[in-house]
Amino acid sequence: MSLAMFVQHLFNALTLGSLYALIAIGYTMVYGILRLINFAHGEIFMMGAYFVFWGVTLFHLPWPIAVIGAILVTSMAGIMVDRVAYKPLRNAPRISALISSIGVSFFLQNFAIVVFSAIPRAVQRPDWLVKVIVIDKIRILPLTLVFPVLSFILMMGLLYVVYRTKPGLGMRAISKDIETSRLMGVPVNRIIAITFGMGSALAAASGIMWALRYPQLQPVMGVIPGFKAFIAAVFGGIGSIQGAVIGGLVLGFIEIMIVAFLPTLAGYRDAFAFVLLIIILLIMPTGLMGEKLEDKV
Amino acid sequence: MKKGLLLGLIVVIAVIGFMMMRGEKAPEAPVVEEPVAEGEVIRIGVYLPLTGQMAMGGQLELDGIKMAQVEMPEVLGRKVELFVVDNKSDKVESANAVKRLIEKEQVVAVIGTYGSSLAMAGGEVAESAGIPMVGTSCTNPLVTQGKKYIFRVCFIDPLQGAGAATYANKVLGAKKAALLIDVANDYSVGLAGFFEKSFLKLGGEIVSKLNYNSGDQDFTAQLTEIISKSPDILFVPSYFAEGAIIMKQAQELGVTFQIMGGDAMDNPQIVEIGGDAVEGFVHTTFPYDPSMKDMNPVAQKFTDNWKKNRTDDPNVNAALGYESYMILLDAITRAGNTDPEAVTAALAATKDFAGVTGLTTINASHDAEKPIGIVEIKEGKKLYIATIAPEL
Repeated sequence: MSLAMFVQHLFNALTLGSLYALIAIGYTMVYGILRLINFAHGEIFMMGAYFVFWGVTLFHLPWPIAVIGAILVTSMAGIMVDRVAYKPLRNAPRISALISSIGVSFFLQNFAIVVFSAIPRAVQRPDWLVKVIVIDKIRILPLTLVFPVLSFILMMGLLYVVYRTKPGLGMRAISKDIETSRLMGVPVNRIIAITFGMGSALAAASGIMWALRYPQLQPVMGVIPGFKAFIAAVFGGIGSIQGAVIGGLVLGFIEIMIVAFLPTLAGYRDAFAFVLLIIILLIMPTGLMGEKLEDKV
Repeated sequence: MKKGLLLGLIVVIAVIGFMMMRGEKAPEAPVVEEPVAEGEVIRIGVYLPLTGQMAMGGQLELDGIKMAQVEMPEVLGRKVELFVVDNKSDKVESANAVKRLIEKEQVVAVIGTYGSSLAMAGGEVAESAGIPMVGTSCTNPLVTQGKKYIFRVCFIDPLQGAGAATYANKVLGAKKAALLIDVANDYSVGLAGFFEKSFLKLGGEIVSKLNYNSGDQDFTAQLTEIISKSPDILFVPSYFAEGAIIMKQAQELGVTFQIMGGDAMDNPQIVEIGGDAVEGFVHTTFPYDPSMKDMNPVAQKFTDNWKKNRTDDPNVNAALGYESYMILLDAITRAGNTDPEAVTAALAATKDFAGVTGLTTINASHDAEKPIGIVEIKEGKKLYIATIAPEL
């Protein structure tokens, strides 16, 4: 393998990995605070991408406004999902909310098939994001450089909110014990709504980035990326924001490098990635950056 | 708390209702029309992917079938009624769809489907029930192999693979080929294998053969690897939606070699999704396209009738949908009744039926023998450039 080719593979891996990281951040945030694995995350992700597409093609909005608008609309949708599907189950066993989120996931997918139709749509991309930069034999999209930076910014922003602001304090309190937080005067339902709003905004942002990289919209487009990002989040230690970023990057690198070094096994790359994941989880059951499990006294 | 939930549900349902009323393109729900007394109508089942990954092809085939029904609404002096079920591009749903058509709707014959893996799943059910099935564009040989009741109106992949290899080698002069295959798809694996076999036989060389899985969206690793082997041609036997994304990524990675595909790329949407990345792309298809010269009279009539009612161009899937209905009705006419055994025998005896894609004869393996069409994307438009007889 020539050096140029290896560097090309590295950039491919960085792109894919930081996209996984972007999606995983939202997954892990909702889990970290509510202990709920939100399987509808991939569908929120899909809706975010569709909303931008609508904004640009139907209402002829400029890109930045369409993106901001889509993120706002998607986070409202996320809050509504919480009210309808999760809030009534707040005091039910955790497994009920999990099942409810699977239901929401199927509902949103089929809703999108009915409303958006199953025909794949093209995505118009701003030219400056896709003008290929050629350095020797290596070809890089400007997009590729945006993803890691964006992942880093979102990670830092999220850490700031969770550890330095008042709603963040509420979030951390809720993650420890909902009932006690309520007794201490934390507006539990409002904090949870904010959490879902932020989680959905992150999903929308990653959905938009995904659609820019793989310019095609389909109602089922969130399934596989959502699944991969969930794996990345578990791998990094679910609940840990830094862990999600690292998990996403590692998963992206594994997927690309398996094809790069063992091309004949390209069809089994998911299998290899997941076997590696199982091995790591066997050694470190809480993931790379997961909290140590402690028994409550 | 209960009130909130109820309110939320009402809002959601109202929103859906509103969206549907506004006439957004809702996928076809299973058609169940008012029951008619037995013996009066001839009940024909249709199962196609109307939602999911293969929806575009399935929708077009359904449009073709419906157009054929409008032109020929009766046979044996009895009205034909279609029962349409969506198989959702899914193997399990396909089997369920055919089961439902046969057991609940009591159809005498089944038309479908787009997608070889779907046709195999549905075909098993029709075969064991003894109900004849006419496949539209399922090209994998296994669909009809060893089956008594399963037919199709299209050619099969050994022929198509040989056609693509012949065109690549003889016309484009390619010596080194690379393959990018969806390992989770019967059609893709089959067609790639037949291409490889014929290409080697013609004296070519396969320099790279890489796999991916249905649903993958990142192909950069495979493409980078293929570029390093500098082939003359890359053969991608995928569906058009994936094909368009693969070509986009190939363009970004600076691919200069020719890319070729199979009949599943034959969809108007490929240009819209692929944009300038699909420019110059060549694929094999069935011998019909609205852009072809020297159309036969049936194809001419089909094209004119289609354009009379719609703004878009017909494609080969619509033509095959149309053809499958016509061939089935022709068989029912010759059988003189709707007994499944008689219809099956009549289908097997179909000879020189003049259809949109030329004269159709059903051979011993229940496949239609047809020449191979070659389409190229030029200046954002599909152009039918050649009809070739493959060198097997």
